[in-house]
Amino acid sequence: MAIRRAMSGRIMDRTAVVGARYMSSWWRSVQPAPKDPILGVTEAFLADQSPDKVNVGVGAYRDDNGKPVVLECVREAERRIAGNLNMEYLPMGGSVKMVEETLKLAYGENSELIKEKRIAAVQALSGTGACRLFADFQKRFCPDSQIYIPVPTWANHHNIWRDAQVPQKTYHYYHPESKGLDFAAMIDDIKNAPNGSFFLLHACAHNPTGVDPSEEQWREISHHIKAKGHFAFFDMAYQGFASGDPEKDAKAIRIFLEDGHHIGIAQSYAKNMGLYSQRVGCLSVLCEDEKQAVAVKSQLQQLARPMYSNPPVHGALIVSTILSDPDLKKQWLKEVKVMADRIIGMRTALRGNLEKLGSPLSWQHITNQIGMFCYSGLTPEQVDRLTNEFHIYMTRNGRISMAGVTTGNVEYLANAIHEVTK
Amino acid sequence: MRPEFTSPSSSSSSSADRRLNALVRHLATPSMVSQTAVAFSPTSGFHGDSVFSHVVRAPEDPILGVTVAYNKDPSPVKLNLGVGAYRTEEGKPLVLNVVRKAEQMLLNDKSRVKEYLPIVGIAEFNKLSAQLIFGADSPAIRENRVTTVQCLSGTGSLRVGAEFLARHYHQKTIYIPQPTWGNHPKVFTLAGLSVKTYRYYDPTTRGLNFQGLLEDLGSAPSGSIVLLHACAHNPTGVDPTLQQWEQIRQLMRSKALLPFFDSAYQGFASGNLDEDAQSIRMFVTDGGECFVAQSYAKNMGLYGERVGALSVVCTAADVASKVESQLKLVIRPMFSNPPIHGASIVATILKDSNMFNEWTIELKAMADRIISMRKQLFDALRARGTPGDWSHIIKQIGMFTFTGLNSKQVEFMTREYHIYMTSDGRISMAGLSSKTVPHLADAIHAAVTRMT
Repeated sequence: MAIRRAMSGRIMDRTAVVGARYMSSWWRSVQPAPKDPILGVTEAFLADQSPDKVNVGVGAYRDDNGKPVVLECVREAERRIAGNLNMEYLPMGGSVKMVEETLKLAYGENSELIKEKRIAAVQALSGTGACRLFADFQKRFCPDSQIYIPVPTWANHHNIWRDAQVPQKTYHYYHPESKGLDFAAMIDDIKNAPNGSFFLLHACAHNPTGVDPSEEQWREISHHIKAKGHFAFFDMAYQGFASGDPEKDAKAIRIFLEDGHHIGIAQSYAKNMGLYSQRVGCLSVLCEDEKQAVAVKSQLQQLARPMYSNPPVHGALIVSTILSDPDLKKQWLKEVKVMADRIIGMRTALRGNLEKLGSPLSWQHITNQIGMFCYSGLTPEQVDRLTNEFHIYMTRNGRISMAGVTTGNVEYLANAIHEVTK
Repeated sequence: MRPEFTSPSSSSSSSADRRLNALVRHLATPSMVSQTAVAFSPTSGFHGDSVFSHVVRAPEDPILGVTVAYNKDPSPVKLNLGVGAYRTEEGKPLVLNVVRKAEQMLLNDKSRVKEYLPIVGIAEFNKLSAQLIFGADSPAIRENRVTTVQCLSGTGSLRVGAEFLARHYHQKTIYIPQPTWGNHPKVFTLAGLSVKTYRYYDPTTRGLNFQGLLEDLGSAPSGSIVLLHACAHNPTGVDPTLQQWEQIRQLMRSKALLPFFDSAYQGFASGNLDEDAQSIRMFVTDGGECFVAQSYAKNMGLYGERVGALSVVCTAADVASKVESQLKLVIRPMFSNPPIHGASIVATILKDSNMFNEWTIELKAMADRIISMRKQLFDALRARGTPGDWSHIIKQIGMFTFTGLNSKQVEFMTREYHIYMTSDGRISMAGLSSKTVPHLADAIHAAVTRMT
């Protein structure tokens, strides 16, 4: 049968011939993408041959030997799961059991909101996936809305809302001079944003600065957000990691719930259960009533289906196994506290060492800040010197992952920082 | 299933509910919600209105909804022929022995950690996946012209590939076969592509509408993207012959149409991995470019682990490298990096020749059982003298049979015989067993003779 051939010079070039190597690529004009600023650091670290090298780049926990940790409760859960499992598809909304337990962590063990079934919640691909699902949902159902993102924030937040095509604005957050919170400016930005704007808040252990509002400040933030009818979306990636106590770390969220906000929350088990590569998280949206929650959940599933159909089962099983067994849960809480305490210990040690070296600068922000990261205040040039001269790897915004600091390298790190800042 | 929410006017709802609902009725748009926001006292606990009040409940997914309905049915003779998930003769899900073995090996390896994978996933998994689909000796692989990234099963691979195309390709239209897997259109639309169809299934022959296919692809604008099911077309089970594939290839290359293969059933169609990859390999041997979405859900039984890979075959190595860097920009804001467990199992199996062989044997056993179910169903219908030509049951390939039954007949079968299937007449052969074939045959016979 006759096959029409398009008559154009370009098509003639691509006429099918076996072994037509002269065909040009459709992707010839694709530009090489820039390396991811955070993950690129680890790549560079791995390539470095120096025995002194220190990785304080990626926010992944390390023990005092600088080794990655798999929690004991996780190992035990995995033992129980293996061999028992069939690998059938989860529902689009993921593991119901895992989601139930996860909501308790964020909203409270005996939360009325959970009992009233007012929370639309789905399993998501860790924190990233939860934020992305929410951003897509926001775009679809509040198409005229925009998101206010703190300065600074985790770099990927910008990518997520950009790819969801939600316009972004920023709000003041970090105060470079005090290396603390720019509270007044933050409140101003909340007040000046158009009514009904969406605000991205870090529930605890702000990434990258480690600067969190105090409880009093959270109450005021809640008050002003409510006055403007804004939507509060919490990214909670470090519950348990900040203070060592998950209940304490959820304080900001609980304040907002008391004040009657209808919040959204992205939760991640990457750090607090050490499940990084399992990609386990949860997106929840508090609704007016059960009917709304059912509707919202069904729409979240509609967004998940064309992205990955249903979420991965293994990590979810680990989480639900641990959280639904009182002994395993207790063990987990202990192990989380150990991680948080070690980091707090390293903050004290790093600051102590710098002060002992007679640094002219103030380093109290190291112990004021909380969570995995310290916003050191180092300039990009100083960071480059640390890398080039001392083989110390961190992101160029001066963010130090305290999880990468050990009793073995804290002195070396302090010396190097002192060298480039004295 | 949740109980129906009682209406606001029912006496069992609280006054707070009624007040809330009254407010909601007054509010038309989210922007109006914000204008009515009041400065509440910090401890009021009043539940203000949600900006998502207007969200309506989405309809049940048509495919997954079948299982929901099946689960509700108390009948002892009920049969679930809905979702394409393999079942044993006993009607149970199956975890392959070689998968269990691999899992145990991983569990026993105390040196394994759970650190983030690279954005593109496990390098070894990617390399082995490319070898599996393109052949270890593929020139594209030898020449480093393939970039492979780990994704969330077939769905995730399709979505990442489609997002890349929407950003970097000059043609934003993808042609999908009529019919196709129900989720395909949404995957591409949400990625930013527009979707058109090409003729594929011929209901009168219950086979391929080859003439229509060639005409439709022939009249597509040059450079358009074309979705192709590599083998075991879902939902029809109708595949082109190798000769037909060659004609399709020539047509597509002459029009510079970009092939995007969905390979969800490699090994499941014929029982042979290489045979089932023939269509794809044709498009690589000719030196041209293509996209391939690979899934291990069915052929390794890893459904819920979400293991898959997206490969992009380019004409040059440096191009493949640039493409990979851009794929990373799609992945990072979607899920950052892929899940480790399932891909580790796959890599463990693929790289060990003994385990690989074990896998091919178990895979063939699954494919053979399905082929046997086809034969049994065909024989059972013939034995009953069911009117019509049912040879398509044994001619169609893979997990599904497009029976040709209409939605009224399907409804009848569900109602009277407790057979659960999608309303397009598709049945999952994997859900059948020797014991249940007679019941299905009875149902089809009744539907055909009593309903038209």
